[in-house]
Amino acid sequence: MKSKRADLAWGLLFGVVFGFLLHKGGATSYDVILGQLLLTDFTVLKIMLSAVVVGAVGIHLLQRAGRVRLSPKGGSWGKNAVGGLIFGVGFAVLGYCPGTIAGAIGNGRLDALVGGLPGILLGSWLFAVVYPRVRNGLLRKGAFPKGTLPELLRLPRWATIGLLTVLLAGLLYLVERAEL
Amino acid sequence: MTDWLTELRWSPYVVGAGIGILSWFTWLISGKPIGCSTTFSRAAGAIERLVRGERVLNRPYYREVAPAVDWQAMLVVGIVIGAAASALLSGDLVARWIPHQWEGAFGSGIGLRAFVALLGGILLGFGARWADGCTSGHGISGTMQLSVASWVSAIGFFAGGIGVAQLLFRVLA
Repeated sequence: MKSKRADLAWGLLFGVVFGFLLHKGGATSYDVILGQLLLTDFTVLKIMLSAVVVGAVGIHLLQRAGRVRLSPKGGSWGKNAVGGLIFGVGFAVLGYCPGTIAGAIGNGRLDALVGGLPGILLGSWLFAVVYPRVRNGLLRKGAFPKGTLPELLRLPRWATIGLLTVLLAGLLYLVERAEL
Repeated sequence: MTDWLTELRWSPYVVGAGIGILSWFTWLISGKPIGCSTTFSRAAGAIERLVRGERVLNRPYYREVAPAVDWQAMLVVGIVIGAAASALLSGDLVARWIPHQWEGAFGSGIGLRAFVALLGGILLGFGARWADGCTSGHGISGTMQLSVASWVSAIGFFAGGIGVAQLLFRVLA
């Protein structure tokens, strides 16, 4: 086992690379994020979908080689659809997300530091307060019977990744053709 | 030769591929997916612990998500540093209150922007914990693991975000 300190140092290093890339991509900018949500600038989608495709091929190869053990999260409609929509409202109102707000703070954006950051801390705390009341009810409503897309679609893992790659590449092709 | 380091923007496809490759290494070396939002829960718990003391640890949520510094917290600190480094190299490290797009629609008042950002942050933090992940944990790391829950969450993030952004900028503004 690696030491705790080395583990934390790797976390910091990975974060530095992630933050560097987020800024170079424009994702630490309110204007770029709102441009995506207003459907006038598809930079965020281009970054996310290419990360998903490139990442998926690599991590599933690593898993096949026995080098990593992936841990896809399970969930439910009550948890992921409801939580996702609440998040989405906050995403549009704030104009940053939990990762990009860290980048925006590094970028010097004071609305992120003085407004958004205390807000996220407060919202996370509020959830910790209400958690005992929702954990066995709403959060479990409509549990997904299948945890992963290959199980849901009854396709082999690599066929799913292939299909996803074609669909996402097609979507990006349409976005480029529309010059968005 | 190092011009690319000082460029303000890289192609989104290069950035996305870079994040994808980065995720190979976070799995391979640390055995973990890229994610951010749990850190804000841990930090909120740590702050509450400073104010109210050890009894905070009795909250069921903090028994599951301990208010402590972990790998992901360091990742989030790293994001601040990495973005600052990139911004510094490209001359974009500027303290600014009001984003352009916001100013065009709602003016340059600092109080209004800070208040709305606080409100948005509360919803974002609450929603991230409710959904058990954010744009990175579900939107990138979970979707690439082919998790159904992550795909539903990510679609929810953008459905909610697109709807409310239209409302804010095309109806209210």
